[in-house]
Parts: sequence; C-alpha cells; structure tokens
Amino acid sequence: MVQACDMDLVDALLARHGACGRQDLIPLLQEIQEAEGFLSRAALRRVAAHLHLPESKVYGVATFYNQFRFQPRGRCAIAVCRGTACHVKGSAAVLAALQRELRIQAGATTRDGLFSLDVVSCIGACGLAPVIAVGDDYHAGVSPTQVPGIVASYRAKLQALGEGVLEPSTSVEEVLA
Amino acid sequence: MLATLNGRAVEAHAGESILDLARREGLDIPTLCHLKGLSPSGACRMCVVELDGRPGLVTACSQQVQEGMAIHTHSPRAVEARKTIVELLLANHPDDCLYCVRSGDCRLQELAQTHGVRRRRWPAGMRHHRLDVSSPAIGRNPDKCILCGACVRVCEERMGVGAIDFTGRGSSTVVAPAFLGDLNLSTCVGCGQCIAVCPTGALREQSHLDRVVAALEDPEQVVVVQHAPAVSVSLAEEFGLPAGTDLNPQLVAALRRLGFHYVFDTAFAADLTVREEAAELVQRITHGGPLPLFTSCSPAWVRWLEQERPELLPHLSTCKSPQQMMGAVVKSAFARMKGLDPARIFSVSIMPCTAKKAEAARPEHAREGLADVDAVLTVRELARLLRQRGIRLTELKPDHADLPLGMRSTAGKLFGASGGVTEAALRTAHFLITGEDPPPMRVEVLHGTEGLRFATVQAGILQLRVAVASGLLQARKLVDEIQQGLHPHLHMVEVMSCPGGCVAGGGQPLSRDGDDAERRRAVRHAALLRVDDEGMLRRPHRNWAVGELYRDELGEPLSQRAHELLHVHRERPREVEA
Ligand code: SF4
Ligand code: SF4
Ligand code: SF4
Ligand code: FES
Repeated sequence: MVQACDMDLVDALLARHGACGRQDLIPLLQEIQEAEGFLSRAALRRVAAHLHLPESKVYGVATFYNQFRFQPRGRCAIAVCRGTACHVKGSAAVLAALQRELRIQAGATTRDGLFSLDVVSCIGACGLAPVIAVGDDYHAGVSPTQVPGIVASYRAKLQALGEGVLEPSTSVEEVLA
Repeated sequence: MLATLNGRAVEAHAGESILDLARREGLDIPTLCHLKGLSPSGACRMCVVELDGRPGLVTACSQQVQEGMAIHTHSPRAVEARKTIVELLLANHPDDCLYCVRSGDCRLQELAQTHGVRRRRWPAGMRHHRLDVSSPAIGRNPDKCILCGACVRVCEERMGVGAIDFTGRGSSTVVAPAFLGDLNLSTCVGCGQCIAVCPTGALREQSHLDRVVAALEDPEQVVVVQHAPAVSVSLAEEFGLPAGTDLNPQLVAALRRLGFHYVFDTAFAADLTVREEAAELVQRITHGGPLPLFTSCSPAWVRWLEQERPELLPHLSTCKSPQQMMGAVVKSAFARMKGLDPARIFSVSIMPCTAKKAEAARPEHAREGLADVDAVLTVRELARLLRQRGIRLTELKPDHADLPLGMRSTAGKLFGASGGVTEAALRTAHFLITGEDPPPMRVEVLHGTEGLRFATVQAGILQLRVAVASGLLQARKLVDEIQQGLHPHLHMVEVMSCPGGCVAGGGQPLSRDGDDAERRRAVRHAALLRVDDEGMLRRPHRNWAVGELYRDELGEPLSQRAHELLHVHRERPREVEA
C-alpha cells in the first residue's frame, strides 16, 4: 500500500545538481520532497553520499524542519490548522484527538496507508476555527468529540472506493460561504 | 592584555577565552558542552559570567578576553543563572542517581550538588526513550541526555565518524543515529570517545561485569585474565592516586584477589603481534604485497576501514590484535600445556577500550564455537569490581604475572600509546632485515603529539618509511592522501582510533574536562615511556617466552599454525540496506 520512492528520479535530480556542498542540503531535500512527496530513507542516504555528509547529519537537519516528512502521504491527508485563531479555539485538543484516533503522531501515516496527519500553519479560515482539512474537504468548528465520526466517515468512503481517488465534497469556498 | 578577574588585575593572552584565563588563574568555571580544541558551541550556557558594562551574561568558553574587561565569574547573578540552568536540565531528567552507573562521576549530579539544588523546581514530564543496547560496545540511555552535544561533536569533529546527531527539534529533540535507528546499524565504530566526553549517564560501555562475576563464582571454570598495556598506568586514577602512577604489580595482585586463576599480560601478545606483523611487513616488501601495511590492532579502525574504504582492506595486516592473539593462545597452547579443556576456560581481558568488546564478539575471533576472549572489562568496570570487593589496591603486596604468557618486553608495553606499535615493530623489523638490533632505541618523532607523524628508519640497505595516525580523523586524512598518491613509498601505517592511542581510550577513567583529559593522556603516555626506559627487555624478538611459543607450537612467524591461530582473513561486510 505504501508507495515507494522513485530512486531513479532522486538519482537524476542529484546528477543534475552535480558536485555541491553542505549548503545545498536543504534545497536538495526540498526538491526531493517536491518530487516524491516525502523523504525516504533511501533518498536521504543518497543525499548523504552525494554531499559526503554523515547520514546522521542529513537526517538531523531534515527532522529539524517541520516542512519535511519521512513517510509518503496517506490516500487521505489530514491537516490540522495551528494558526493563532485555531490555537485559541482549541486546535491542540483536536490534534490530540486525531492522533489518538489514528494512532499516529503528526507527520506520520497510518500503517494501512489510508491517512496521514500533518500540522499546518494558518489555513486562512480563522473565522471558522478550529479548522481541519481532510483530503480536499474542510471542516469548520471541529471539536474533539467529532473527530472519531469524521475519521470513520472517510475511512468508509476510502474503503468503498477501493483503489480509487477520493473526490472533494466540501471545498474551502463552500465552507467559507 | 590587562583585565580584572573578580577584582584582581590579571594578564590575559591574546585571543584567550575567559574560561582559559580563569582556569589558568586557578578558578574553575563549570562547563558542560565545552570541548578543548573544538570550536565552542555555546549550547549549555553553564559557563556564564558577568562583565561590567554588559547587560547580559556571556559564556566564558566562547568569549575572548578584551583589554580592560572586568570579569565576575562567581557573582551572585552568575551563580544564580547557573543554578537555574541546572534546575532546567533536571526538569525532565530521571531521578535515578541511586541506580545510575555515573553516580559519583556525573557532572550534572555534581553541579546540582555544588549549586545547592535541593528540590525539583519544574515538575515537567520525564523523557521516555527506548534504551539502545544494540551495540556490542556502547549503550545509550537518551532519557539521561541533557543535549549538550559533546558526543555529537567529538564523533564528527574529532573522530570523523558522525554516527550520531541531534534529530527533531524543540522538546522532542534527541541525540541519535540516522533515522532514529540503533547504534549497531549506524556508522558507529564503538570507540567510546563519546562516553569520555558525556557529562551524564546517557552513554556508557556495554557492561560485561555480570558475566565475569558469574565465571569467577563458577567452580567449573578456569578464569584467565589479561590486561592491556595502558591499564596499569591509568587504574591509579580511579583510586585517587596521582595520574601517571604505574600500578602493574598491584594490578596483578588485585586480579588474583578477585579470584582469577591465571594473570597474563597483553603485552606478551603485543610482542607476538610484533613478530608476526614485522614478518608480514618484510614479506610484503620482499615479495611485493600491498603496501603500506596498515596495522590492525585498533578494532574501531578496522571497522572504519571495512565501512568506509573496503577497497583498501588488502592493506590491512592479517594479524589479530594482541587481545585476540592472547585469547587464541590461551585456549590452544596454554590449555594444552596445563591439560585444560579449552571449553572450561573463561578468558577475560581488561582493556582501556570499548571497541575491544565488539572485537571480541566478532565471529572470526572464535574457533570451533569457542570465542578467543569471553568478556572484556574497561578500566572503569575493573575499578567498580575492585571497589565492590573491597580490594585496597595500594595495600596489596606487589605480584608478578604468570609465566609464560605474562612475560613481556617493554616494547610490547608501548602498544598503549600512539607511535608505540611502530616503535616496537621497527625494533624487530630492523633485526629481521639486518640481523642486528637497531642502534637508537627510541625514534622520538613517533611519540609526538601531532596527529600525523612520519619517520624514516635505516635498516641496513633499506629505508623503512612509516607513518603514524593518531585518531580516526587523522587516519581518514592519511588514507585520503595515500589514495591520491601523495605517499607513494610508505611501508607501514600505524593507526590508533583514539587520539593519543589507548592511553586515551574510550574505556579509561573519565576526565573532568578537556584540559584534564589532555593532562591525563600525557602523564599516562609518559609513564609508558618510563617503563620502556627502565626496562631490561626492550626488544620484542628477545622475549624468550614468545620464542618458546614458536619453538613448541607455532614453528615460525607466518607459519600455517600461526595463521590458524593468530591471523584473520576478512571478508568485505555486506551493505545494510533499509
Ligand atoms: S546521569 Fe547523573 S544526574 Fe542523571 S541519574 Fe545519572 S548520576 Fe544522576
Ligand atoms: S563510539 Fe565512537 S563512533 Fe560510536 S558514537 Fe561514540 S564517538 Fe561516535
Ligand atoms: S549523550 Fe551525553 S554527551 Fe551526548 S548530548 Fe547527551 S548528555 Fe551530551
Ligand atoms: S556554553 Fe560554555 S560550556 Fe557550554
């Protein structure tokens, strides 16, 4: 279920960069994440070898930044807004509820590959805080008690779809309207 | 340059840090992350001091003294700030001192004591991480880590390994190998230099004490012990005696009191290693083998070479290290001599090293299912055992090691410091080539403190060119230069993984800080040189006990039997892929 990282693509990307140094580490990581959606171990190892840096250093730098993730995104990506407004309205409790429900930490993906969970800085829907995005859908004024129901509905949808792709049901515009 | 230190006028050197000035003036400022010789990181802020005319406190380890500076190292504000730092460090620290291997030797504990911390000020959540006991050499307990970064910097900047680093950020930061993996799957070579700089119990050696105690208490086992050359010159420090005291005879007596049946000297096996390695060198020179020959007695270096430069493995001497040679001889020739079943022998070694634990566990160091060496204790572990058994080292009647495997030349003893292996090998190689002992007994340049040292020794018509690399970082540099063709005529390269050699090994008594570590290294080294200066038997090939071993068991160096017992033929380790 969990998609693998395309190492040929990573190699091509590194080859395109040619010889470079430590200062290129973060840009390289960004490009790989852009292309692959996440940073696989194999990709981080290639980067370390390419830059002649210890793997521990590359991993250490990558984990320092919230922008990098180390597992592919789930079929349905959940993002919790941690902007100021959402924070004030209790997004921390929503995040905790999601972590409990999905049994993963923010930044991770469930084993079945269905869900990934991320924390994002402001989504821009502060009036409706706390907001979470589930796939392309936005849910406003979420309380921790609603979380199990939301997760269950998407799990059912995904399972019904089989291998298919989740279609958006409520866009941010609709929610905002 | 003039400055005032706590109101007293003092003269500072140009570029000197406040910390160095204060220490030179007999004042100690506490430090946690400061590492001598490496750039200051300013991570712990334990060393803060107050300056007149500066609103904020400054870190003494990184701030240089400036003309006219008025420094207050122990003003109420500075001391209070330090206390707060300790309290913050303790906020998520386990209250575990009673059960901690470092208790009594822990800088965090000491600072909490000296700053009068008597209660937990911030009842914050404890850290809960998995213990990492995967490495045969090093154990990690991240719960006790205060994130000072000393281990990270030593591993990367001094050893050139970089096995561990900070991962994550904020309150979830942890010092760990890549991918939060286990140390045994990382590039860690087990040198233990990280333990030597860790202020807390977050890093330690994998303890073999339990299995040694069990063997000593088992009436069925014959327990044999060897001690490495650099042990007798450092053990004194664990018992409050001056560093650099050689306690060889007391050490032997103490090992007997502990119940070991036979006490041998690893330096015997060092003499044996010299015979084999010098023969190997001469053979490679005369028959065209891969040169330079790399020494193989430092297991962290062997592991490094396997990992980083497997293409150079043919250069590595096939000799086992002295520890392993001793182990092999004990369970073969010695067992037969005494009519003992090798399976009943439990072979222990006392080493200044953590990597020796991993070396002893390697599969090629066993024959017919029996390990050459069954357990390895660091000097620290031996001291723990001696204290536990109430053995008062200084009050014991001096004793001698058992023969024949306790007989050694003082050249064998020199294995304990960088340059010593080369010195010993040259004494014998010279003899092998010319039939005569070399005229000057000491090649001084080999014993310097430079990281890389080169020497040329005339042996008859042959000029022997040798290089000594002290520390893995230097070894990497030298290996790179060799691969670039910069040293085309070298015959031999000695590598000690730890800077300074075994006298500064990762299993030695712990120092308080970098200055202390450097001082201890120097006096331990000097003690070894003194042993050699005063020695009666200074040439490995004149060790009669080694001679008898050749006569009775091995035949001659590099014989088939010698190869069976004393050499290994390494395979390239397989790549570990995720
Ligand atoms: S590391 Fe130091 S402070 Fe922490 S439990 Fe051990 S002895 Fe105590
Ligand atoms: S034992 Fe040596 S190589 Fe391993 S982590 Fe410690 S310093 Fe690094
Ligand atoms: S393991 Fe020890 S040396 Fe390394 S960061 Fe933690 S406390 Fe410092
Ligand atoms: S900041 Fe100076 S010792 Fe840590």
